[in-house]
Amino acid sequence: MGLGFLLQQPFAQHALLAAALVAVSCGLIGPFVVTRGMAFAVHGTAELAFTGAAAGLLVANNPVVGALIGSVVVAGLIALFGARQRERDSAIGVILAFGMGIGVLLLGFYHGFATAATNILFGNIFGVSGDQLIVLLVIGVIVVAVMGIWYRPLLFASVDPEAAEARGVPVRGLGLLFLVVLALTVTGAAQVVGTLLVLSLAITPAAAAQRLSASPLVVAGLSIVFAMVAADGGLLASFQSNVKASVFITSVSFAIYVAARLAEPLLRDRRRSRHQGHPARQEATPPGPAAELPGTPGAAASAEDGRSSRDPAIRKAPGR
Amino acid sequence: MNGSGGSAITLRGATVRFGDHVIWENLDLDVAPGRCLAILGSNGAGKSTLLKVLLGLLPLSAGTITVDGRPPGHGSAEAGYVAQQRVFDPDLPIRGRDLVQFGVDGQRLGLPRTRARQVDPVIEAVGAQSYADVPIGLLSGGQQQRLRIAQALAGRPRLLLCDEPLLSLDPAAQEEIVAVIDQHRREHGTTVVYVTHEITPIADVVDQVLYVAAGRWAAGSPDTVLTTQSLSALYGTHIDVLRVHGHVVIVGGDGTGACTHPDNDGSAGQVRDRHDGHAGHAPEGHQH
Repeated sequence: MGLGFLLQQPFAQHALLAAALVAVSCGLIGPFVVTRGMAFAVHGTAELAFTGAAAGLLVANNPVVGALIGSVVVAGLIALFGARQRERDSAIGVILAFGMGIGVLLLGFYHGFATAATNILFGNIFGVSGDQLIVLLVIGVIVVAVMGIWYRPLLFASVDPEAAEARGVPVRGLGLLFLVVLALTVTGAAQVVGTLLVLSLAITPAAAAQRLSASPLVVAGLSIVFAMVAADGGLLASFQSNVKASVFITSVSFAIYVAARLAEPLLRDRRRSRHQGHPARQEATPPGPAAELPGTPGAAASAEDGRSSRDPAIRKAPGR
Repeated sequence: MNGSGGSAITLRGATVRFGDHVIWENLDLDVAPGRCLAILGSNGAGKSTLLKVLLGLLPLSAGTITVDGRPPGHGSAEAGYVAQQRVFDPDLPIRGRDLVQFGVDGQRLGLPRTRARQVDPVIEAVGAQSYADVPIGLLSGGQQQRLRIAQALAGRPRLLLCDEPLLSLDPAAQEEIVAVIDQHRREHGTTVVYVTHEITPIADVVDQVLYVAAGRWAAGSPDTVLTTQSLSALYGTHIDVLRVHGHVVIVGGDGTGACTHPDNDGSAGQVRDRHDGHAGHAPEGHQH
C-alpha cells in the first residue's frame, strides 16, 4: 500500500483531520497549561473522561456526550476544591481517584459492550467517525472563539494575578472558564487519540515553544505548529510502517522538545548580547543623594510644591 | 484640605473585621487629589488590607469609602497598583514590555498586542529600556520591580497604589523609583499611596501619614504623627521619637516602626483609640 493510496482512504483522511483539529485546540491551550502549572489537570480530566463516558453509556447510551458533560463537571469540581494554586494538584488527585472508582462502578451496571467507554480512555485514531469529527470541529471552534475573546485578560491573570485583579480582570471567573475549555479540549482529544497523546499534544509543544521565545503570541503560534507537526507528521510516518501512530506522535513531540531545549542556550546568548549592546541605567548605579550626609539638602523633587527640601538619610533604629 | 476637584480618597468610620478580629476601625481619612499618602505600621497591622479596600477588592465591615467621589468598583482600570513583590518564574513566556502593556489594556478582551508607542515612554521613565525585551523571569528583583511600576504608570492612573514598592531595591534605585513616581504625580496630578514600613526613602515626597498599629490609627502630616506623644498613645506603650541631627528616629514599639524623619514644625494630627473612639492625642483635630 503506497502513501498516495492510503491518503485516499476515508479512515486516513478522518485520522489526519482529527489529528489536526486536536492539535489546534491543544496547541492553543498549551501555553496556558504550562504558564498556570496545570499539567496534572490535563492528566486528571483526560482520565476522568472515562467516568463521564461510562455514565453517558448507562444513561443515554452515548459515551461522547457523557464524557463532554462529565468534563465540565470535573472542571467545576477542580475549581471548587482547588481554588488556591497550592492545593489544586492535591484536589485533582482526590477527584481523580474517586472519579475513576465511580467510573468502574458505573461500568459494572452496564450490560452492553464496554469498548465504547474504554475507547474514550485509549482512543482509536483510525476509527474516527464522521460524527466524532463534527464533535471535534465544534470543540475546536469553541476553544478558538473563547481563546480569541479572552486571550489577553487570561494571559494577564495567568502571569500576574494580583495586578490583574486590581485592574478589574475577573481572575477567578477566567480560571473557571479556562478549566472548562481545557476539560472540553482534553475530553474531545482523548476519545480520538487517547489520554497518552493528549498529554503529548497539550503540554509538550507549548513547553518546547516557551524555550524558544518569550513573546506570548509567538509562543502560541509555535505551540500550535509543533502540535500539528507532531500529530499529523506522526500519523503520516505511521502510515508507512507497522508501528502504532501514538508511538510516532509522542516521539515527534518529544524530539521537538529536546531540540528546543538544545536550541535554547544559543537563543538566550543572542538575547543577552543584544541586551548588553544597549548600556543604560542598571541596578548598581553610584550612590545618589540618599548617601549624602545628614543636613545637606536632599533631592529637589518637592521644591516645586513649595515644601522644604528634606534629607532622606538612612538610619535604622534598633527594635525592641 | 479638599481641593477644587473634591477628595481623591475619603474614608468615614471605616472598619474591617475578620470574624471577631478587628483589623482597624472607625478610620477617617481624606486625601486630596495629587497628594501623596504613606500608610505606615507594623506587619499585619492592616496596611495591605487598606489597599485592597481602596481597590474595591475587599468590602468594609462598616463605614463608607469613596475614591474619586464614588465607591470603588471591584478592581479598576483607573487605579494603578504595584503589588507586593512576587518574583516571576524564570520560564514565564513574557517579556517586560508585555507586562507593561497589560497596564494599558490587560483587562480588555482580544489578543495581546504590545505596542511600542504605548509602552516605550513609561519603560524609559523607569530606566528599563535596556532589558524590556528579556523574559521577565530572567531579570533581577529590582529590574522586575521597575517594570511593575512601569505597568502601573502605563495606564495613566488617577490613583497609584504601591504595596512596599521599594523592598528589593538598593537605596540609589529606591531614590530613582521614588523620583519617577513623584514626577508622574506632579505632571499628571496622580494621587499616590505608599504602603511601607520604612518611611525614609519616601520622606521627601509624603504629604500625609496614616499610621496603623494594633487596631488603632493616627493620621496627619508626617511631623505630627511621628512624635513621641502620638506614637506612644497609638501603641499604648512608650515610644521614643528621637531627634538627632535634624532627623527623627523611632525607637521601641514592635521594632518595625524603624524610620527616620526630618524635624519640622507640625500642623494637625490625631490619634484615635481603638475601643472608645476618643482622640487620644489630638491637639488640633484633623477632622473634616
